[in-house]
Amino acid sequence: MSYRPNNSLSEEVLEHTKVNSAGCYQCGKCSAGCPLAEEMDYTSSMVMRMLQTEDKAIEKELLKSQSIWLCSSCEMCISRCPMSIDIPKVMDYLRQKSVKEGLQNKTADKNIVAFHRSFLDMIQLTGRSYEPGMIMDYKLRSKDFFQDLTMAPKMFSRGKLPIFPESVKNRKNIQDIFKKSKKESI
Amino acid sequence: MKKKLGFYPGCSLEGTSREYSESVISLAKRFDIELEAVPDWNCCGASSAHNLNKILSLALPARILAQAEKAGIKEILVPCAACSNRLITTQHELFEEPELKKEVEETTGMSLSAPIRILNVIQFIQEYIVPELPNKKVNAFDKKVACYYGCLLVRPHDILQFDRLEDPQSMDEIMKTSGAEPIDWPFKTECCGAGLSLSRSDLIGKLSGKIVNEATERGAEAIIVACPMCHANLDMRRPVINKYMGKKLNIPVLYITQVIGMVCGLSPKDTGIKRHLVKVNIN
Ligand code: SF4
Ligand code: SF4
Repeated sequence: MSYRPNNSLSEEVLEHTKVNSAGCYQCGKCSAGCPLAEEMDYTSSMVMRMLQTEDKAIEKELLKSQSIWLCSSCEMCISRCPMSIDIPKVMDYLRQKSVKEGLQNKTADKNIVAFHRSFLDMIQLTGRSYEPGMIMDYKLRSKDFFQDLTMAPKMFSRGKLPIFPESVKNRKNIQDIFKKSKKESI
Repeated sequence: MKKKLGFYPGCSLEGTSREYSESVISLAKRFDIELEAVPDWNCCGASSAHNLNKILSLALPARILAQAEKAGIKEILVPCAACSNRLITTQHELFEEPELKKEVEETTGMSLSAPIRILNVIQFIQEYIVPELPNKKVNAFDKKVACYYGCLLVRPHDILQFDRLEDPQSMDEIMKTSGAEPIDWPFKTECCGAGLSLSRSDLIGKLSGKIVNEATERGAEAIIVACPMCHANLDMRRPVINKYMGKKLNIPVLYITQVIGMVCGLSPKDTGIKRHLVKVNIN
């Protein structure tokens, strides 16, 4: 069904997200407003440009980049883009693709990916995200034991960390949703 | 007559943002509004699902919408800005794309017949609280405040059609009706770092630090928010912020519902202001 004469990543993005990277004319407004641009290896307008090249090596570089994981999906870029290009949606697709192909940046993004996985595991288990459980899972996964632990006592004393997780009654329904989505994802 | 409204609390309101939930519920009670929680609600996937799996990121909110529909809910209050953004975009995408809708319905095993009205907390206050406020007001919150909208409340604009994208005004207007004086500042919709909070707390120090510092420098006495993620970053993350900024910033961060609650004479217990990390020394 797909029509991809150049077999490029930008065509794939277009097919899955309906965002046409060719529409970007490199005005740079998105990068100028992006709160994370300073931290990124490629700013949002560069990401669009990289897609436009339809060059395999550059596409791979993009899927390995830190930028796609640093993007916080704040939507500042799309709000300001004169072409209304939905960059956060493109970023979502690139992240999913990067994980699927095992290309995610091992050093800088390790913690970010670990966090998202721990979050989703928690939902799969109980249907809800339960912060203490998720934090422990994340700590084990990322081996990032140094941050945050000092916050826990303060949070407990303010009643911000419930001791037991709440869970959805129909857990089978949640598990089915996870099972089916795994099959259908890219 | 008692008004009735569907309610999706979401996970943070049951956990780290208990005070937000407490203040929303107490406020509704004070205004004679009955909140009916979506039966057996699940997590919407928030800032994680969309990064790893598209179908999952739509299916989780779709299940919530379907559960609401089954319970006969036509209008629903979603106080968390991240949850409301997810629910609104999902509903929009599914009703725009019938094929996608079918795929998601097969995944959840539940169908959606018609869109429901999803209200974020600002829309809720504008419609249900502000008109009655003059009758319920017992105090004025006569402070200089910095209204911080964050990224998700006013976006995505083409779907939400709610307030202006840059320099929004809705929270400022509400604060004026509570007796406060909103300051003019350029960080209303800057990103606080959102979901990077745990994995890259170093970046929170920087992003949220700029916001807290700017509000302080412009003479605000409180930052007003409407999102649990913003609150967690600006309040609970204050030690990281202070470390990054190299100074001690003491400005408290209040949910808009806590402020209106205080104006209507709700107790600190009802508004949950004792649960903050940065002490709220305003009364
Ligand atoms: S959504 Fe991502 S790319 Fe766009 S402005 Fe925000 S952080 Fe930058
Ligand atoms: S703002 Fe839009 S058109 Fe301009 S560089 Fe960014 S994506 Fe391209």
